[in-house]
Amino acid sequence: MYFPISDTTVNPAYLIGLGFIIGILGGFFGVGGSFLAGPALFLIGLRMNFVVGTDLLHIVGKSIVAARKHNALGNIDMRLACIMVVGTIAGSEAGVQAIEALKRATKVDLVVGVATICVLTLMSFFIFLESWQALKLKGSHKPLSQQTSQEKDRRAFKWISKWTQSLNWGPKLALPHSEIKSISVLAILIVSFVGGVCSGFLGGGAGYIRMPFMVYLLGIPTHIAIGTDLFEVVVSASYGSFRHAMNGNVDVLIALIMQTGAAVGAQIGAVLTQYFNGPRIRMAFAPLPLIGAGMVVYGLVTGHHVK
Amino acid sequence: MSFFLELLIYALLVFAYFGLVLHYFTGDLLDMYEHHRRWFAITALALMIGQAVGLEIISSLLFRLLRLKGK
Repeated sequence: MYFPISDTTVNPAYLIGLGFIIGILGGFFGVGGSFLAGPALFLIGLRMNFVVGTDLLHIVGKSIVAARKHNALGNIDMRLACIMVVGTIAGSEAGVQAIEALKRATKVDLVVGVATICVLTLMSFFIFLESWQALKLKGSHKPLSQQTSQEKDRRAFKWISKWTQSLNWGPKLALPHSEIKSISVLAILIVSFVGGVCSGFLGGGAGYIRMPFMVYLLGIPTHIAIGTDLFEVVVSASYGSFRHAMNGNVDVLIALIMQTGAAVGAQIGAVLTQYFNGPRIRMAFAPLPLIGAGMVVYGLVTGHHVK
Repeated sequence: MSFFLELLIYALLVFAYFGLVLHYFTGDLLDMYEHHRRWFAITALALMIGQAVGLEIISSLLFRLLRLKGK
């Protein structure tokens, strides 16, 4: 099928299937799925600036479905989400401006591609190492029904989040839903700003950055990090995709077709989170960014596109 | 059973989108993309949000109906 906006020919079954897989991953891991969708769209011949914008728009639709499902399961910390939205939008704007500067320099494919590979590989390595360590830790002796979210969600490198929570940068607040007594607002804003920059620059909602950041840096329980991240992705990806559409980087027809598959997958993924504990979810997540990195490497090195 | 029924509904909606959005609106969307970028951005976002919420409402209604029948 020919898509005139991006001047590309793609099989719609490929887009629906891709949306379905990404929907399951997104609902389960709380990420937009751009680590997979971006490279998969790049492989079928979509130019990188269209990959970034189209992927963001498709994420808006998919995240709305998954966030509503997580809200029903009580997995969203509204106070945290409202603060993070501010930092994410500011970061997203900075990322979009960086993409525009690169478009003028005509190096957008190479720079975004190499940056994506580096970020995805590092994330994958760290998450694997941490979840492997966390699975070896002894859990609480209390029965599962009496354990708090923090006790169920044991993790290695806990000193990182304890250090972040002890920072006295500006005003501090409590996050009772995430069982955090006190944390700096500025620390939350910095984490969300970095996620926003990645979102605008690399494409997608950047949940592959923000979700691990929320777990490891802020100390949010994995299930709540997933739900809160999805809620925030709805707001930030809406803003990001609007800005990209204004700059001509969005093929709305491709995004709509992908969303039809993602809508089913996101609901299945959200329900699946109830059956796994935090470290196991993170361990399962670890290899996924590497798949995306591998696909970008293939596209950049060979220049081949899969039709 | 209900899952497959849901898939069928989605498949029908996909075909409806192919017919409506791709066939009838492609020209208008392309025109907006080339000449009215702000309207294109608003329409793209509205179409995506509308489709996502619409699909979820339809599937939820369908599940509720199936559960009522099951009881």
